[in-house]
Amino acid sequence: MLHIVNKSSFERNSLKSCLNTIDDTSVMLLIEDGVISAAKNTNAPMIADLAVQGRVYALQGDVEARGISSKLADNIKLVGYAGFVDLVVEHGTAVSWV
Amino acid sequence: MATKKFMYLNRRSSFGTIYAIESLEVVLIAAAFEQDVSLAFIDDGVYQIVEGQNADGIGMKNFSKTFHALGDYDINKLYVSAESLEERGLSADDLMPLVYEDEDDDWAEKPSIKVVFNVELSKIMSEQDVCLSF
Repeated sequence: MLHIVNKSSFERNSLKSCLNTIDDTSVMLLIEDGVISAAKNTNAPMIADLAVQGRVYALQGDVEARGISSKLADNIKLVGYAGFVDLVVEHGTAVSWV
Repeated sequence: MATKKFMYLNRRSSFGTIYAIESLEVVLIAAAFEQDVSLAFIDDGVYQIVEGQNADGIGMKNFSKTFHALGDYDINKLYVSAESLEERGLSADDLMPLVYEDEDDDWAEKPSIKVVFNVELSKIMSEQDVCLSF
């Protein structure tokens, strides 16, 4: 599965809800304000384990829009819109934690 | 018209919702009516004034540049929550260098941004006539 999170983990609990249910084979894509969770901050530990396994992606355009390109946490994989499509194709069912 | 002290609380980041840009709109309106305007950036609102935002990749207007114009509207009290910055791994050095020209000091350029702890911010809020949260 592909889990898409588009809300800041500082403002909503959707990242937490996603982490509660994500299984060992699924990946996570952070988009829109979700990319705030891809930055080095006090919420970074929430996804650190998943990121080490190479299972956390962030949409590059949203990262750049928020001025946090130089502050990304370790092991976050950046993708563009084409990469977004590839993830959807590759991982089948997608869930948007809006 | 009587002047009131207005404070705008910016609590959300720039592009995920419409709040940030709408707040900036009403801030400029209040300035046009020559009110005493302060801005506070708390929670994810601190991302609104992070230096180096580039919205080319998401097809939205990068309105962060508009913050540079606030000084010309006599809006020079921008308070940023130190706690909110720290929580997000940010510091004052990551923010845009927003300045104004002080007419009482031979138009010397001075910083508009002041990083404050929440206890100080709550005191500033209590001194306002109106607080609007976005």
